[in-house]
Amino acid sequence: MSDANRSSVDPWLSIAAAARGLRDGEFTSLELTRASLDRIRATDERVRAFVTVTEEAALEEAARADELIGRGDASSALAGVPIGLKDVLMTEGVRTTAGSRMLEELRPPYDATVVARLREAGVVSVGKTNMDEFAMGSSTEHSAWFPTANPWDLERVPGGSSGGSAAAVAGGQCIAALGSDTGGSIRQPAAFCGVVGLKPTYGRVSRYGLIAFASSLDQIGPFTRTVEDAALLLQAVAGPDPLDSTCIDEPAPDFGARLGEGLDGLRIAAPRQFFQASGGDGDARAGRGMDDGVAAAIEAALDQLAGAGARIDRGASLPSVAHSLPVYYVLAPSECSANLARYDGVKYGYGARGGESMWEDMEATRRRGFGREVKRRILLGAYALSAGYYDAYYLQAQKVRTLIRREFDAVFEQADLIVAPTTPSVAFRQGEITDPYQMYLNDIYTIPANIAGLPAISAPCGFAEAGMPVGLQLVANRNQEALLLQAAHAFEQLNQWSSLHPGV
Amino acid sequence: MTDSPQSAAAAFSSDQVRHLATLCRIGMTPEEVEEFRAELASILGHIEALAAVDTAGVPPTANGADLLNVQARDAARPSLPVDAVLANAPQREADYFRVQAVLE
Repeated sequence: MSDANRSSVDPWLSIAAAARGLRDGEFTSLELTRASLDRIRATDERVRAFVTVTEEAALEEAARADELIGRGDASSALAGVPIGLKDVLMTEGVRTTAGSRMLEELRPPYDATVVARLREAGVVSVGKTNMDEFAMGSSTEHSAWFPTANPWDLERVPGGSSGGSAAAVAGGQCIAALGSDTGGSIRQPAAFCGVVGLKPTYGRVSRYGLIAFASSLDQIGPFTRTVEDAALLLQAVAGPDPLDSTCIDEPAPDFGARLGEGLDGLRIAAPRQFFQASGGDGDARAGRGMDDGVAAAIEAALDQLAGAGARIDRGASLPSVAHSLPVYYVLAPSECSANLARYDGVKYGYGARGGESMWEDMEATRRRGFGREVKRRILLGAYALSAGYYDAYYLQAQKVRTLIRREFDAVFEQADLIVAPTTPSVAFRQGEITDPYQMYLNDIYTIPANIAGLPAISAPCGFAEAGMPVGLQLVANRNQEALLLQAAHAFEQLNQWSSLHPGV
Repeated sequence: MTDSPQSAAAAFSSDQVRHLATLCRIGMTPEEVEEFRAELASILGHIEALAAVDTAGVPPTANGADLLNVQARDAARPSLPVDAVLANAPQREADYFRVQAVLE
């Protein structure tokens, strides 16, 4: 295999195309993996998508995958395909930081279930992708290590918290990646970077080995270049797991079963709360509304969906969805304050020493180990859970969560899917948003699906302000990923957005 | 409830931040206390709108999956080797995590 051969591997291949090429002997996994590593070497000084690149292990895995494919023993379409893993997923022996100084030196003693399943499938991991610390953020600027850049404009953020995974796939550094989504951390960066991002139904994918943020909301899901690839990667990681008691205890269905079926006759609700004009002042309850360019791209997408036979219902309404952001910023910090109590400087991770007492060491550990945004959320959560405030904040938020779920249930009695923008704006500039609550508003359209436990996907739907990508979000009822992927795939076939790549 | 969240956000005090910091075991300088007080008061100001939502008779939802009391099978399985578990400890002594004395 010559250098010429190596560089001839297209860095923008889909999983499906890579699988065909591997099976037909057009290239080997070693060539594909070298192309990915070369591309990371050539671009990652600027994009900074990776915290850790595991070159040696990747080449070993690629050689093994080539043997598997050569023997005809590859059971998965993903065998030999190089992908990235968000640094919140435990990888045995490979440094896993969750973007935090607290875990700077953590080398996990086991693999997350999703990582074990990908290994089993013969997938090649090229490394661990950058993220906001403990997945708290919408820009990847809250990584303890460095910010990641958006491949479409290096001065802009890739979104977050899975910004490294989104940027790596968008920038041609790996064919696909895994991320995690607690309030939009897959879909928002997918939209900002012009790739496909899927958050499955809560419980569809095992969270075992996912470093916990907010356990009633967290889900792992794929970043890919095509909707078909999202189905393939989800298929490889989904399904019951005795190690995660919240994992749905039924075999995963065939997520790609309906790919190729069209949009004709599908009832798609466009609830009016997701389609407000920009108010400009960022009122949390009303939502800030979409920027003009985003609104135009979304409207054009709705026209395409309708033109292909979908019935768009603009009369649908989710009145309580306006409360999603406050509900989220009670529930997620509350759960995070409990989950992150484990970082005590004793069992693993960073541990300060030299104080007067164990308590002093613990306070120093958590002062130095956690970044600002993480501390803010731990404090907020402890407050919302504390005596005298529990009923007013945490319990009330859980009750409003019920109202939001009921309203989604009612809409899904009349509709197959819900459509919404993924984000109110295109990717913003690094350093542009400094107020915490303004940052939280980025997730105003993505949070409702987490609160209700629904599967949702963001697919590219055009370009807007400053030539940056826009994402269209589709939401389905629980366990309806196949329908969700059917519609997103049919939409993808109506346009060329997925075939455009940044010049990084 | 006598202490409405409306007044709680507006009156959010430095003493409350210090109390929360102690509960959460996060060391903090006086400057940080003031910064967190201002930021948390602002966020609470946005969140307190929840109090106005009528939730009379509405049960709480704890997760998105309608799960209740999932029980693991009561079966023995091997756990991680001691060395693997202790490998990431900041301080180890024999097969223990080492910390400063907890009791005086």
